[in-house]
Amino acid sequence: MPSESKRIPASLTVMIRSSGQEILQEWLSEQLSADTLRLDLIDEKTLEVESQEFLAVLSSALGSEELVDFERPAWQPVLSFLDELSRARDHAGFGPIETASFVLSLKQPLFARSLENPEKQSSKEEIWCVNQVLDHLALYTTDLFRERREATILRQQEEMEELSTPVVKVWDGILALPLVGTLDTRRSQMVTESLLEAIAATGSEIAILDMTGVPAIDTRMAQHLMRTVAATRLMGADCILSGIRPQIAQTIVHLKIQLGDIKTESTLAAALKSAFRQSGLKVQAEG
Amino acid sequence: MNIPLELVSVQTDDDLSRVRKAVSTCASSLSFDVMSRTRLVTAASELARNMLKYGGGGVVQIEKLRESSRVGLRATFEDQGPGMADTEKALTDGFSSGRGLGLGLGGARRLVDEFLLDSQPGRGTKVSIATWVRNR
Amino acid sequence: MDRIPIAKIGSCLFATIQVDMHDRLALALREDLGSELLRTQAKGVLLDITSLDTLDTFIARLLAGIGAMAQLLGARTVLVGMRPAVAMTLVELGLTLEGVQTALNVERGMALLEATR
Repeated sequence: MPSESKRIPASLTVMIRSSGQEILQEWLSEQLSADTLRLDLIDEKTLEVESQEFLAVLSSALGSEELVDFERPAWQPVLSFLDELSRARDHAGFGPIETASFVLSLKQPLFARSLENPEKQSSKEEIWCVNQVLDHLALYTTDLFRERREATILRQQEEMEELSTPVVKVWDGILALPLVGTLDTRRSQMVTESLLEAIAATGSEIAILDMTGVPAIDTRMAQHLMRTVAATRLMGADCILSGIRPQIAQTIVHLKIQLGDIKTESTLAAALKSAFRQSGLKVQAEG
Repeated sequence: MNIPLELVSVQTDDDLSRVRKAVSTCASSLSFDVMSRTRLVTAASELARNMLKYGGGGVVQIEKLRESSRVGLRATFEDQGPGMADTEKALTDGFSSGRGLGLGLGGARRLVDEFLLDSQPGRGTKVSIATWVRNR
Repeated sequence: MDRIPIAKIGSCLFATIQVDMHDRLALALREDLGSELLRTQAKGVLLDITSLDTLDTFIARLLAGIGAMAQLLGARTVLVGMRPAVAMTLVELGLTLEGVQTALNVERGMALLEATR
């Protein structure tokens, strides 16, 4: 029966309340002798304060509920405490296992107490309940750790994508887009979007797509490039491809990719010169 | 969880702009970026026109999609027309049962995140498209 | 019925397309441009689509059709002000606008028509 197995035995609450100090002391000595202890990252005093606080919020949640249900508001302080703790420990350099061990190590002193309970049935229920609660809370801390890592990865990915698609205005009416790495569908969409928006915003008529930083190309990426050029032309601007490496040129020939009538130049400098010419500009040495 | 937002009946050419407007307004209210919104509205326009041309008109249902970590918009186009036998073929560029270049269905599919086509001869056609708000 | 007004500037016809171009409006524009080209013997057509926020295959083909018709009547067509999102959507739809030139804005479009006249 799920509801029965999730029941919080009253005897457990009584036990934690009546011998809180002893439990805390046992738990602390347990933690201080554990392999996962990291006195290089945390001092004994902080560990004591944290342990005391966790025991207090846990005891209060257990005391105000009849069933183990982490969705209930009574558990919120416990979860918030662990949010805070795991963030702080993550920051200090603790690994996810070390943080989870903090929660799990409380099992030992609580089990020891429960085993002293002469009522076999109560003792069993207490142990089952403690086991469930602490397992869940330990998993919760590792989950928080994972979520934070994922958020970091996502942020870095976005930053990288932004960094790798800079549209540079090199002259009035001339934009340059230095492409770096390979373009997948998502990135090429972003590249095209930022280029088109920059064309609209600056009123530029020429966009140089510089491929110097592109190590290799495949049919798909070539198609993306063609689309970027096609969209640019629909807006009324023109594209010049520059810096195509010899290997890429070979691939283009080999894959029989038709670059159509897209203008190409060997280097970014040559493309810029061509763009100047197209805009009726002339670069001249002084004097 | 899906929340119905708008229901537009498509019976004449004029209703096509009503569909575009409804999809555009809903997309804006869910703060879609301009690119995604334009793609979605264009796809909706293609599908509504198809429905009018080949299905004898029908209805467009617009819904907000809500999942734990994302929000999206779905538009479903349903007609009681003749339907079609080969849905795979209908999605190929260049295929069309009427006139025109037949970019309608295949083109619309390229513009959205999710595309579902359900049709059988004599039982009408149901096309459903959905796009999610990009996290940026 | 609503119609898109067509102005004659120099030897060019000029029309601005509104926010939502519904089918009948577009068909009427093609018809009107045809008769105006015949009447005025204009050498260029400038279509400003700056405020158009969607362009589906029907309208795109109709615009290309205007270009082809104008060509037969001895005029060139320049489409100006296409929005970034519209350009990208057209390309993703697999459409190209053969027979129509493009420019960033009205000024550049005019310059293009004058230069190639």
